[in-house]
Amino acid sequence: MSPRTKTSMNKTAQKIRKPKLAVWKFSSCDGCQLSLLDCEEELLPITEYIEIANFPEASRASSKGPYDISLVEGSITTPHDAERIHQVRRQSKVLMTIGACATAGGIQALRNFKDVKQFISAVYANAKYIETLNKSTPIADHVFVDFELRGCPINKLQLLEVINAFLNGRKPNTPASAVCLECKRRFITCELVTHGALCLGPVTQAGCDALCPSYARGCFGCFGPKETPNTSSLSTYWNSLGIKDDELVRLFRGFNAYAEAFRRESEAHEK
Amino acid sequence: MVGIHLKTLIFERSELDHLVETLKRRDYKVIGPLLRGGAIVYDEITNTSSLPIGWTDERSNGKYRLKNRDDAVVFDWTVGPQSWKRFLFPPIQKIFATHKRPKGIDLPNTKKQPVQETVPAKYAFLGVRPCDLHAIAVQDKVFLGGPYRDPVYERKRSGNFIIAVNCRQAGGTCFCASMGTGPKATSGFDIALTEVLEGKRHYFIVEVGTELGGEVLKSLKCLKATDENLAALKEICEKTTQQMGRSLDTTNLKSILYQNSEHPRWESTASRCLTCANCTMVCPTCFCATIEDVTDLSGKQAERMRKWDSCFTLDFSYIHGGSVRASTKARYRQWVTHKLASWVDQFGTLGCVGCGRCITWCPVGIDITEEVRTIRENQS
Repeated sequence: MSPRTKTSMNKTAQKIRKPKLAVWKFSSCDGCQLSLLDCEEELLPITEYIEIANFPEASRASSKGPYDISLVEGSITTPHDAERIHQVRRQSKVLMTIGACATAGGIQALRNFKDVKQFISAVYANAKYIETLNKSTPIADHVFVDFELRGCPINKLQLLEVINAFLNGRKPNTPASAVCLECKRRFITCELVTHGALCLGPVTQAGCDALCPSYARGCFGCFGPKETPNTSSLSTYWNSLGIKDDELVRLFRGFNAYAEAFRRESEAHEK
Repeated sequence: MVGIHLKTLIFERSELDHLVETLKRRDYKVIGPLLRGGAIVYDEITNTSSLPIGWTDERSNGKYRLKNRDDAVVFDWTVGPQSWKRFLFPPIQKIFATHKRPKGIDLPNTKKQPVQETVPAKYAFLGVRPCDLHAIAVQDKVFLGGPYRDPVYERKRSGNFIIAVNCRQAGGTCFCASMGTGPKATSGFDIALTEVLEGKRHYFIVEVGTELGGEVLKSLKCLKATDENLAALKEICEKTTQQMGRSLDTTNLKSILYQNSEHPRWESTASRCLTCANCTMVCPTCFCATIEDVTDLSGKQAERMRKWDSCFTLDFSYIHGGSVRASTKARYRQWVTHKLASWVDQFGTLGCVGCGRCITWCPVGIDITEEVRTIRENQS
């Protein structure tokens, strides 16, 4: 929307009623929902412009849909969830997934590389009451998703930016380029080049503001593959420096193990 | 390039502290090299104790390591991940702020009121390498050379005091000698230093480049340089030239690159390129930026930000319908061809100064000199 637009649609709508926001949880650790609660100072100002209509992590009070915007956390791992996500979609004008579970299947998608029945028998004394799907899958495998916000967990500033952009009818500033740009803009010296760190920054999407490199750690890839990720070149280079295949498999099998580029790369190095 | 040297002097190592003090007294913010995060970077210094005394850097493809030396040489290193563009063209800048009125919006009147900012920092840069002097000259052309002068750059650049330091050694990824940009500073400085350690004697040969440079030196104990000093200077620069780790032949380069836009090498390098943008971030001449508009929740306040961007991102060439340079091949070719060919058409100079940062800081060690050599020797 042009900044010169005299009366924005949103402003008119706000006078009538605030947009309704709902937060939904699927298979996840709740960390991304906590990012919303972690907004603290910004949370009350948000409620001036938006009605938090359903957010069980914050309040038992809940109002009925339909909802203008739904934030969905977690992956689909049970037949019940696979049903429930369709109900959420039906009640939501805009559905936005938040975090690695919802966008890529999460850490629980490590099961996707093995037979889930073996895990069940190893973990549970009695598997009779366990009803689970073979794979942990991202929300977009089940319903149409309007916007994906990456991260494990998501960055609260990015969440605020997306909500802000939604309220103001503008495009959110959430670039899909590499973490390296954030490192360089913050003058963080490259861990990979100076210390030989196995840093996934060059293949990982920005958004965390280079959190781990700012503490002299290589990137763990929490925000998943960046646009046009060349994971095979990075692996080939690391192989040439003597990094073994099993280490590469572990590197790419983190919180975004089932995101396509990372999945393909780890499978390529699995014996 | 012919230098304008007003005169050549020498001063002892201890006078370096007086130089920093003199500049501070003259209200300069002195920026110099220091050790941080395993590299030599640039930031504000208050005295010479934070300089990387006794340290050197080893650079190769995709690799940078600091190494301790057993002497007290201050400037025996080449270039780290940062360049002076960090100060002259900051990575994140606010262009303007605006707010919504009942009718329309307020925009700053740039003619009446230039973009608001605090008093410009008067920078004194200590330790500018000859390649980086050329890089600053290139960015001067980019930001100040045309009809539209960049006000942010202009403010940061104005009143700079530049202390160049000639290189006593070349790094493994250096190729300034072949680019005609080093290892000796010829212009673009107020004073240029060459560090000499002869037995127990530790002194600097000082070439004075401007009247201001000469004036600042009046506060220091300087002697006139002898023929022996000048011979030492010559010897150091010749030795450094011999040490260059890389070279890039620029003969007829523009037409070679234009004629080889479909050379198979672009595709094979694209299979290695991560499109991570590190080469462009560390390049001292790369000047591309993106514009981000941000609002407050109410939509009443807005700010326009300018951020370093790179021709390696998809967003960079995104226009209606998609990105113009969707393939990695197109993006890598764009960068190299701009640096070494179309830059000449655009600004009348090459966009590469041979500092070798792009080679060192590429996570997979892609080497621009090797790329150019391969294309030159196997022209299609």
